[in-house]
Amino acid sequence: MSDANLTPKENYTPGNHPDLPPPPGTIGTIGWMRKNLFSTPLNTFLTLLGIATIWVTIPPIFNWAIFNSVWNVASRTECWDQMAYPNEGACWAFVQNRFLLLIYGFYPEPERWRVNLSFLMLILAAVPILFDQVPKRKWALVYSVAFPFIAGWLLVGGFGLNPVDSDKFGGVMLTIIIGVTGITFSLPLGVVLALGRTSNMPALRIVCVLFIEFIRGVPLIALLFIASTMLNYFLPPGSQFNLLMRVLIMVTLFAAAYNAEVVRGGLQGIPRGQFEAADAMGLKYWQAMRLIVLPQALKISIPGIVNNFIGLYKDTTLVLIIGMFDVLQIGRSSLADAEWSGLANEIYLFTALFFFACCFSMSRYSLYLEKKLHTGL
Amino acid sequence: MAENVSQDEGKTLSHLWRNKESRAVIIQIVTLVVILIFIGLILRNISINLKAIGKDFNFDFLFIPAGYDITFQPILDYSPEDNHLWAGVIGIVNTLLVAISGIILATILGFTLGVLRLSSNWLINKMSYVFLEFTRNVPLLLHILFVHAIITHTLPIPKNAISLNDTFFLTNRAIYLPEPIFESGFWLTAVAFFAAIVFIYYFKIWAKKTQDETGQIYPVFWISVAALFGAPIIIFLVSGSPLSWGIPVLKGFNFKGGLAIRPEFIALWLALSYYTATYIAEIVRGGILAISYGQTEAASALGLRKNRVLQLILIPQTLRIIIPPLTSQYLNLTKNSSLAIAIGYMDVVATIGGISLMQTGKEVETMLIVLLTYLFFSLLISAIMNFFNRKIRFKER
Repeated sequence: MSDANLTPKENYTPGNHPDLPPPPGTIGTIGWMRKNLFSTPLNTFLTLLGIATIWVTIPPIFNWAIFNSVWNVASRTECWDQMAYPNEGACWAFVQNRFLLLIYGFYPEPERWRVNLSFLMLILAAVPILFDQVPKRKWALVYSVAFPFIAGWLLVGGFGLNPVDSDKFGGVMLTIIIGVTGITFSLPLGVVLALGRTSNMPALRIVCVLFIEFIRGVPLIALLFIASTMLNYFLPPGSQFNLLMRVLIMVTLFAAAYNAEVVRGGLQGIPRGQFEAADAMGLKYWQAMRLIVLPQALKISIPGIVNNFIGLYKDTTLVLIIGMFDVLQIGRSSLADAEWSGLANEIYLFTALFFFACCFSMSRYSLYLEKKLHTGL
Repeated sequence: MAENVSQDEGKTLSHLWRNKESRAVIIQIVTLVVILIFIGLILRNISINLKAIGKDFNFDFLFIPAGYDITFQPILDYSPEDNHLWAGVIGIVNTLLVAISGIILATILGFTLGVLRLSSNWLINKMSYVFLEFTRNVPLLLHILFVHAIITHTLPIPKNAISLNDTFFLTNRAIYLPEPIFESGFWLTAVAFFAAIVFIYYFKIWAKKTQDETGQIYPVFWISVAALFGAPIIIFLVSGSPLSWGIPVLKGFNFKGGLAIRPEFIALWLALSYYTATYIAEIVRGGILAISYGQTEAASALGLRKNRVLQLILIPQTLRIIIPPLTSQYLNLTKNSSLAIAIGYMDVVATIGGISLMQTGKEVETMLIVLLTYLFFSLLISAIMNFFNRKIRFKER
C-alpha cells in the first residue's frame, strides 16, 4: 500500500510509527514539579505554604543548633559571652558538661565499666533475637534468655562485685534498664494473658479480662504512684522491695496488659480451621498453641507488639514523677543548676534526639520484620 | 503415670484429669482458689501493715479542709478552706476540661494531618511525614515539658505583656482573654440555640424520609448551619445584645478581670493534642486507604456529584473503619492527661492523688479514688464510642 498523501516525507505502515518524544513539560524536573507540586491551584498554594514554612523555620534552627553553637566552655555566661546576644546559638557545652551524668546517672565512677559491659552484652543478646541468620542461633538464644539475670547481677553487684544501691541508677542507663526489663518480661506474660482471655474456661477468662481491663483503664502514672507509695503494704510485714524493683514490676504488668490485647487480636485472626486441624492431629492444648497457633498469631501481631514496645520505652520517662532520675529528669534537674539555668532547649533537644534514635530504629525494624514475614496472605 | 503409683484413687484422679470437661473444671477451681488466696493475702498484709504504722482505712479525711491552693479552676470556685473532697472534684473537672478540649483539637489536627499525609503534593506529603515521625517517636512527657518551657521562657512578664488589640494579652503568667459577662436576657439566646439543635435533629429525619419517598433532596447541611447560627443571632440582637465582655487590665504586677488561661493548661492541651493527633492521622490515613477506588468509581458511575460521593459513599465507610482505633486514642489522651502533674497543672492525680495524699498520708484511699475515677471515665468513653460505632455499623440486610 502506498500512502503518499498522508506523510509527505516518510512512509510508515500503520502501527509502525516510531514513538514521538513526550511533550515538553511532562518529563524531567519540570514535569515532575508540575505533576507533584503544582498540579492544581490548591496544590500550588500548599507548595508555596510549605516552602514558606521551611524558609521560616529551618534556617534559624540550623543557625541556632550548628553555626552559632558553642562547645567546650565551663558555664552559661561564658557561652553567652561568645554570642552577639543571649541564646543566639545553642550552648552544647551544657550537654557536654553533663554527658556522663546523663548516661550513667549517679553510678559510682570506678564501677562504670560494669554498665558499659552490660550494654555491650545487651547488644550481643539482642542480635540473635532480632536477626535469624546468626550462626548457632539456638545457643545464642540461650545466652539471650540468661542475659537479664547476668546484667542484673553485674549492675546491682554482690557475689564478688561491689554492691551498688539502685538509687544510684540513673540517666540513659536507667531508661534502658526499665525499657528492656519491661519489654523482656511483658511479652511472655502478655501471651499467657491473651491465651487466658481467649480460653473457653469462663473462670480463667473472667480473671484475665478483669486484670487486662483494669490495667488498661488507668494511667501508668497512677500505677507508678501505687508502686511508690503503697506496694510495700501488699507485702508480708517486714519485707521490702526497693523502688526500682517495684517500678519494674508495675511497668511489666502494664505493658503485659497491652501486649495481651495485641496478641488476642492475632489469635482472633487465626481461622477456626487451624485450631480444629491441630485438634484433629491429636495435639494437646499446649502443643497446638506452641506449634500451630502461636507462631501464626504472633506473626500477625508483630507490628502491634513493636508499637507497644515503643510506647513502653517512651513511657519510661514517667518514672521521673515518682522521683527517679531517668535521662529526662537528669536533664531537668541540671536546669536548676545556677551555672547552666535557662538552657532548657539544649537539654530537651538532646533527650528528644536520644528517644527519637531509639524509637525510630525500633519502628524501622518492625517494618523490616513485617516485610520479611509477609507470606502473601 | 498416675496409675502406676496408686491403684484406685490414682485411677479416678487420672481419669478426671484426662477428661476434657472435668479437667477444665479442675483447672478453673484451682486458679480461682489460688487467686482468691493471693488477694486475701494482700488484703491481710495491707491491714496488718496499716495497723503497724497506726493508720486506718476510712474516708473521713475527705471532709477536713485541704489547705492548699489550686491555681487553675475556671469553672467551679475553690479556696484553700474547702475540703479535700471538693479539691478532688476540682481536680476531676480540670482533668475533664483538658481531656475534652484535647480530644476536640486532636481530632481536628489529626484529620488534617491524615489528609495532608495522603496529599499528592510531594512537599506537603514529605513534610507531614517528617513531622509525624519526629513527634511520635519522642515521649509525650518531653513534649509537655518542652512546650511549657517555651511558653514560660519566651513570653514576657505581665508588665511587658504582648497585647493584641488591647483585649488579648500574652504573658508568661497566663494568657488573658476577654471574659463574657452574661446579662439578664441571655437565656433566650441559649434557648434558641438548643431549639435549633432539636429542630435540626427532626429536620434531618424528615428530609431523609422525604428523599426516600419522593426523591426530593433538600440542602440539609446549609439549612442546618443557618438554623444553628441564624436563630441564636437573631434572638440575641432582638433581645438587645445581653452580653458584654470583661476586658483584662494591668493592675500592679498582674492582670485583673478577663479569663486567665494558665501556661500549664496551654502546654498540656497543645502537647496532648498534637501528640495524639499524630496517631489519629495514621488511623485516618489507614481508613481512607482501606476503601478501594472502585467505590468512588461506582458512585461516579451512578451519577453522584463529588460532594455526594464523599458524603454518602466514602465518609460512612471510612468512619466505620476508624471509629474503634479512634476510641482507644481518645482513651489514651484522657489517661495521658495525668502527666499534668509534671508541670503543675492540678488534675485529679495532682490534687487528690498528689497533695491530699502527702498531707493526709491516706495512700490506699486516695489512690483508690484516683483509680476509680479513671476507670469510670474509660468505661464512659468506651460506652459512648461503642454506641456511636453501633449506629454507623454496616447493617447487613
